[in-house]
Parts: sequence; C-alpha cells; structure tokens
Amino acid sequence: MRKQKSIFQNIDWLLVLLYLVMVIAGWLNIFAAVYNEEHSVITDFSQNYGKQMMWILTSLVIAFFILIIDGKFYDAFAGVIYAISIISMIAVLFFGHTVAGSKSWFRFGDFGIQPAEFAKFATAMMIAKFLSPLGLKKNTWRTRISAVAIFFFPLLLILLENETGVALVFLSFCIVLYREEIIPGWLLMIGISAAVLFVVSLLVPKMILVTSLLILATIIVLLFRKWKTFFVVAGLVAICIGVVVSVDHVFNHVLEPHQKKRIQVFLGMEDDLKGAGYNVNQSKIAIGSGGLTGKGFLKGTQTKYNFVPEQSTDFIFCTVGEEWGFVGTTTVVLLFLALLYRIIFIAERQKSAFARIYGYGVAGVIFFHFMVNVGMTIGLMPVIGIPLPFFSYGGSSLWGFTILLFILIKLDSYRTFVLR
Amino acid sequence: MKTSHSTQRLVLLITISLVAFTYIGRLFYLQVVEDKYKLSADENVLRRIIDYPSRGLVYDRNGKLLVFNQTVYDLMITPREVKEMDTAEFCSIIKISIEDFRKKFQKAKNYSPYRSSIFEKQISAETYGTLQEKLFKYKGFSVQPRTIRKYPYNTAAHLLGYLGEVDENVTAKNNYYQMGDYIGISGIEQSYEKELRGRRGTRYMMVDNFNREKGRFKEGKYDTLAISGENLKLSLDAELQEYAELLFQNKRGSAVAIDPSTGEILAMVNSPTYNPNLMVGRERSRNYGRLLKDEDKPLFNRAMMAYYPPGSTFKIINSLIGLQEQVITPETYFSCAGGYRVGNIFVHCHPHSSPLDLRTAVAVSCNSYYCQTFRGVIDNRKYNRTEDAFDAWRNYVLSFGIGKKIDVDMPHELRGNVPTVDYYNRFFGKGRWKSSTIISLAIGQGELGITPLQMANAACIVANKGYYYVPHIVKEIGYKHYLPELFKKKNYTMVDPKYFNAIQDGMEWVFERGTARGSRVDSLVMCGKTGTAQNPHGKNHSVFFCFAPRENPKIAVAVLVENAGQGAHFAAPIASLMVQKYLLRTIKRPDLEKRMLDAVIVPMANDSTVLDD
Repeated sequence: MRKQKSIFQNIDWLLVLLYLVMVIAGWLNIFAAVYNEEHSVITDFSQNYGKQMMWILTSLVIAFFILIIDGKFYDAFAGVIYAISIISMIAVLFFGHTVAGSKSWFRFGDFGIQPAEFAKFATAMMIAKFLSPLGLKKNTWRTRISAVAIFFFPLLLILLENETGVALVFLSFCIVLYREEIIPGWLLMIGISAAVLFVVSLLVPKMILVTSLLILATIIVLLFRKWKTFFVVAGLVAICIGVVVSVDHVFNHVLEPHQKKRIQVFLGMEDDLKGAGYNVNQSKIAIGSGGLTGKGFLKGTQTKYNFVPEQSTDFIFCTVGEEWGFVGTTTVVLLFLALLYRIIFIAERQKSAFARIYGYGVAGVIFFHFMVNVGMTIGLMPVIGIPLPFFSYGGSSLWGFTILLFILIKLDSYRTFVLR
Repeated sequence: MKTSHSTQRLVLLITISLVAFTYIGRLFYLQVVEDKYKLSADENVLRRIIDYPSRGLVYDRNGKLLVFNQTVYDLMITPREVKEMDTAEFCSIIKISIEDFRKKFQKAKNYSPYRSSIFEKQISAETYGTLQEKLFKYKGFSVQPRTIRKYPYNTAAHLLGYLGEVDENVTAKNNYYQMGDYIGISGIEQSYEKELRGRRGTRYMMVDNFNREKGRFKEGKYDTLAISGENLKLSLDAELQEYAELLFQNKRGSAVAIDPSTGEILAMVNSPTYNPNLMVGRERSRNYGRLLKDEDKPLFNRAMMAYYPPGSTFKIINSLIGLQEQVITPETYFSCAGGYRVGNIFVHCHPHSSPLDLRTAVAVSCNSYYCQTFRGVIDNRKYNRTEDAFDAWRNYVLSFGIGKKIDVDMPHELRGNVPTVDYYNRFFGKGRWKSSTIISLAIGQGELGITPLQMANAACIVANKGYYYVPHIVKEIGYKHYLPELFKKKNYTMVDPKYFNAIQDGMEWVFERGTARGSRVDSLVMCGKTGTAQNPHGKNHSVFFCFAPRENPKIAVAVLVENAGQGAHFAAPIASLMVQKYLLRTIKRPDLEKRMLDAVIVPMANDSTVLDD
C-alpha cells in the first residue's frame, strides 16, 4: 500500500460538484423562504439563512478534515464511532432538550446538535464493517439478525426520542442488506406487501378484504393443484387475515394521535385542511402556484408570507416549486437522481467491500430522505418530518449529510490503493 | 468482488428512477396542468379590502335634508387572535349574554379562524365609546365603522324606502354585491340604488398567514378609488307630506299630489305609516317583523299597490270618452228619475234637477247620465259588435294611464285593473254580455281597480287638457342636476284636448255648487270630482280628485280615505287642505282642518248600498 500524494488525489470531483450545487441552491431557497426587507444582509445570524451560511462554511471545514484523515481510520474505528453515536443517543434521552415533544437535541446556547443525524453515517459504517469480512457466512439467520440489529438499535433509540420520521430513515439500510444479499428480494417484497396491506385494510371494509383474499387464494390453489402451494398460500392468507384484523388495534392503540391523523389525512380518510391536512394543502398550493417557470427568486408569496409551515426545513421544496416552477423542481429531482446514480456507480467500483457497502448505505439514506421529503410536499407521502438532504435548513442535518458523503468520497479516493 | 450482484443493482437503479420520474410527473400535474392551486395561492395571499363610499343624501324640493348617513360601528373578530379575557365584562358592555357570546364566537370561528368577520353588527356610538377605552384588553376584537341611514323627519317612509343586506339572489345576478353588502330594497333607495350607492373602491393587499397586511398587490395596479354616491333632490314637498300625513292620522287610505305641469310628485301619503328610523340599525329585523304582522299593514304602499274602485271620479273619464266618441256633446241633456233602469238592473240616483246637461251632471254626479252615456259608447253603431266597442272604450281608459304601469320611478308599482273582453267572455260567456250587463263601469264600480297614483295622474291629465308627464319623485340627480328623459316627455291620451273645457267647467262647478261645495277655497279656482267607492270590504271609501288653479294648474291631488263614506265628507276636505297648503302655505279654515285632524275612522261593516253622491 502506498501513501497518498495529496489529499485531493483521486477525489470524485463530480460528486463534490453536485454537493456544492445542492448546498448553494439550498441556501438560496432558505434565503428566499425567510427573506424580508428588514433583514437583507446575507450574513445576518439572527436569520436562518445567516446561520445556514455558517453551517455551510463549517461543513466545508469538516469535509476538509475528513479528507485529510487517513482513509483506513474509518474502517478501523467504525465500531468505536458507532458506539459513541449510540451512547450519545442514550445520553440525549436523559440530558436532552425537549422540542415539540421530541427529546432529541443537545443545546449549546443558541445552537443545537441532534445526535440522530450523526447516527446515520455511524450506522452505515457499522453495517459496512460487519458485512465486509470475506469469510462472513451471509446466508445464516445469525448474520441476518445481527445486520438488522445494527440499524434497529439506533432506530429504537430514536423512536424513544419521539422522532418517528428520523427513526424510519434507518429502514433505508434494508437497501444495503438487499444489495449484499443478506435479505432476499422476496422477503423485502413481503415486508412492503404487509405495509400495503396495512394501508388497504384501513381503507377497505374488513369483510370485503378477507373475502377477496380467500377468493384469490382459492384461485391460486386451483391453478397450481399442488400440496406445497396449498400450504404456502394457506399460511400467507392466515398471516394476511391476521394483519387485517389487527390493523384497527395497532392504528388505534399503538400510534400516537398525531400520527394517526397524518395517516388518515394522507389516505384521504379525513379532509382536515385547517389541522393536520393544512401543511400538505398549503405545500401543494405553493408548489402548484409556481407554474412552469415559477414566480421568480424572492417573489414567492406563499413562502414569503409563511403560509407554508416549516418552509426552510422540511418544506424547503415548496420554495423551489413556487419560485422556480416546474423547471426548478425537475432540476432538483434530476440532481438527486444524478447524485444517487453517481453514488451507486462509485460504490460499485470499489475494490474494498467496506467502501462499497458504506456507499450503498449513503445511497439508501439519501434516497429515503429524498423520496419521503419530496413525496410529502407533493402529497404522495404522509407528512413525516425529515429534511431534504443538503437543501433543508439545519446544522446537524447538513453536517450529518456532509460527513456521510465525504467519508464516501474519501474512501473512494483510496480505491486504487486498497487491494482486499 | 466482481459484480455478481447486477440484478440487485439494476432493481435499485430502476426503483430510484421510478420514484424520481413519478415525482416529476406529479409535479407536472401540480404545476403545469392543474390550475386550482394558482387560484388557492391568490386566495391565500390576497385580501380584497373594500372602501365603502358614503351613500348619497336625499333632499326634498325645498332643500330640506330627508336622509343622511350616521356612523355606526361593526364589532369585528379574528378568532385566532382572541386571548383569555374578561368575557362577562365584555358581554355587559355590548349588551349580549354569555350564551350569545359563545354562539357568535363559534360562528366566527367556523367562518374562519384567521379572517376577521362581524361579531356584533352596528353597535351604537355610545356603546362604542365605552368599548373603545377597553378594546386593548380584548385581543382579536376590532371595530369597523360603517354608515346607516338616518331620517330627521318621521315622514314619507314608503317613498324613501330602506336598505337591507343582499341575499344570494342578488349576489348571483349582480357581481357588484357581496354577502354582507347593503342594497336598497324599497322606495327610492331601491330605484336609485345605482346613483345613491356610488362606486366602491377596492384595494388588494397582500397578507401573511396571520392575515397581517404586507403591502399592496402590484403597487396598487388593480386598486380602484371609492366614488361617493350622488345626492338626490326629490320633488317631494316635505312640509306638504307631513301635513297630509297629519290629516290622515287615525284614518286609513292614501293621497298623492302631483304637479301637472311637470309630473313631479309633491306628496305621497300612505296611512297607516311607520317611522323610517325603525328600518335601520340592530333592531331592524325585529321592527320589520312587527310591522309585517301589524293588522293595519303599515308597510303596505297603498299609493301604488292598492286597487280601489274609483267610484264617481271615473265619470270624468267616461265623459271624455263619450265626447270623443261623439255619443254626447256638452249640450246633451238626459233626464233622471231617481235612478236608471235597464232590465232588472236599477242604478239609484239622488235628488237633483232633471233633465240635466253634461256640466251639471259632473257637478251633481248624476248616475243616470253616465249610465246612458256609457251605453251610448258601448252600443255605438260604428262598432259591429259590443266586444269591439268595449275594446275601444278600454283603450281610451288605458290612454289615461289606468290599467297599466305608468313607470313611476319607484319600485313595486302595480298596474291596476281594467277588465278585458276575454274576462267578460269567460265570466258571462261569449256574446252573452252587453252594455247593460257591465253598466257599473259607467259609475266607476264593477271590476275597476285603480291605484291612488293613477287617480292623481288622471287628475293631471284633466288639468293639462289631455296629456301627462310620467309621475316621478326625483327632481334632480347629483351635482349635474340630471333628470331622465322619460320624465320630460308629454304623453297624450286618445281624447282631443278640445273636449276638456266642458269637463273642467263641470269640475269647477263641483266646488261652486256641486258635491264639494263644503271644500271650496275662496281665493282659488279649483276643479274636482267626488267619489264614493262601494267595496266588498266594508263601508264605502271616500274618494276625491282635484287640481288647482284651473289656469296653469300647479297641483293635482287624489285622496282616498278607506271606509269614510261619501267623497265630500273626508276625501274632498283633505284634498282641498293639501291644495291650500301647497299653493297658499297657510290654512284659513281652522274648523275644517280640526274636523279632519280629529276624525277617527274605524273600519265598519258596510252600511250603505246606495251609490249616491
């Protein structure tokens, strides 16, 4: 193994460029969302865009440090970083600051740090570390359960913090497990199907659903006429009916009222335009009013006059939609598509299993954020409060995603040196 | 490790791409295809602020202010901004119960938690004074001034009309109005709504999610200025109107006075009447309900909507038709033996000299004379059939503005009733009626129904010898003193002006030696005609119409006092007092005046079946 000549050697500049474009575009939209005539100095630290400017600059410093640290460090210390992350999330449960019912912040004066944001890259590294050894027996249940446990542990801790949205992000590691063949595709399909069944059972009367399931099962059995099929189908139907019957219980007793409300609104079971549905409706209005080319920079009335809630954080995409129109939103979607393609391309070109698996972890997390956040603003996903990577206002979030991405860039710059 | 996982990678790439392109498709729909979000966005951010112009003032012909605007205050609420407060104190200030407070609050909240809406309408200046000092304690409440109508004189209520909130019918038809706006719904407030209301101004303000104003939309490009309503100068003589209303106290009926030389309405009395100030303010709906239920029907605009049989006053019109049709001349004599008999019909008459000519027949109101004249008209040889003759007669009547709307500039005018050929054909059967069947028309009875306004207009026609101006209440509109052309045009009847002299002679005799001797005014040459209208609702109505002076007439009056008996008893004195008041401004007949003021006419059962004048 040779020493790297320069820290910028072999860096994937395309990825860095995509990152910078997104961060700057994000900042412009935060500026537009918060903008008013009284505070027009771009570095005004009393305003979100002033703070975000600082977050961006510090992120660049962090990125620089990640690049100068030896590439072997991450592989070697993945376990330690994961442990620190878990400890800090336990600590936040005891010493954290409660914001809007969630206990997930450490406060330092004006600024806050959200350990959950950093758990994402820590978990990505830990999974990579766990799955990378050559001798790992992939097809054992022990491996599968351990792998799942690595991301379920932080997931549960974040659930305890009452940050359901952030917790759900950890499910994106299923993508890594799928890519690494730890979880077979059919199992993933069953999981997704169960979720779909859950939703459908909320909407369709139970009797109709159970009857149609039985009819479907009978048709399949009659078509194949094999004992094996019969047992499989019977088992599946039994599980399905179990899900259908238990849905109401889960829905009414396990979910929090606000979560219930969001699901109801999302499913169109309730049209609550002034309550839970307000956000989505206003979000759609803001985006829809942008038209083809948008109203122009700083001209968005819906965002400027605060009709859209959380517009510099979770609903930043609305500002894009209103001020830049369909052209702007499509550009952002395509930017994410390009970013994800590039990350997967980079992951696949790694010789190191650790780097590859980590790369998929990065892709999974960013994809999940993108899908849920944008989907939420255009009414295709329930309202789950997670930020749009690189765009949304927020120090922890931007730092977290910067670290997540730049570790990959660093690992990638070692691709020619690592032979393993 | 080689890429043996190409399937998984492919699945992932496809999944990511699918999501991205689904989103792009959805965005295309939201942003490019669907328009409703653009409208919702404007609705969110734009507030139309209406500047209400002040409504035009109304003056009488002598410049007396009859209607003006008074400022009242609407208490507004923005439910979202309401904080904890002393509800009991608040309720006691604006004089509502806590229960009401809750209801109103809920109603406002249901309308919108963010937008301000009316909490309590039209609180008085006094209440506002008390409230204003403490308003700072009640977050979310504010006060918006608006104006209501005020009437310094308690007179001419029906004519002035009133305002009310627009309903869905209005807002659906006319996009000028929005719910909550006021519109004239009666009297001149209705007929001159457009002139009086002015043009309201609209400002478009941008607001944020808390409904705070953030600036003008596009620098006020779409804003319009409010234009005040135009003032109206009425032809009404408020002094005459008040005097006439006074004469009508404790009586039911109506009087209309018109200047024949212009068609200007000088007075229009309805009795019983009401105080126009009852129809404004917070108590409006309660007062309105009470007036509506009142047995005396004070809201009923008798002058334009009540159909009365004209009685003997109609003989003037039948005389003129007879003259024009050359059935009679002024020198035609008919005899009268206490009545007129045809078949088994007998029309009574009262004692007078016989035979008599046209002028005397007018003066003494001979029934027999008119039965014969009317039969002459209907049985005229120049018409082949009774129906044709009757149609001709009817057209003459219509040309006098009777049986049709005369387009007065006030709403709810009715056309009156003059029976048609079809009506008689249906009633008696075709060909089964003739002049004798409908003989009661000769003396203004039968199916005839005439409004007091039409009666006064007929008096104008006689005064003008054959034409009338469309009666109107407005003299000048706005600072340009504008008057619609419709009111400047002479409308001629089908009777030649030359026939009017003899009739005017007879009408003058009515005062000199005829039925209205008791109502003559020494210094005035007046022409008039009494009537006693038999009606199915009780005692006869006392009817009279007249004009004065005979040369260059300045006033024509029609008076109808319900159930007051003979025309000479009440209608003629009241009419003559009105004429005197208007022309001479002083009343030198205190006894007659007192008798009229003191008279209480209680509607009684029909005690007179004889049509004798």
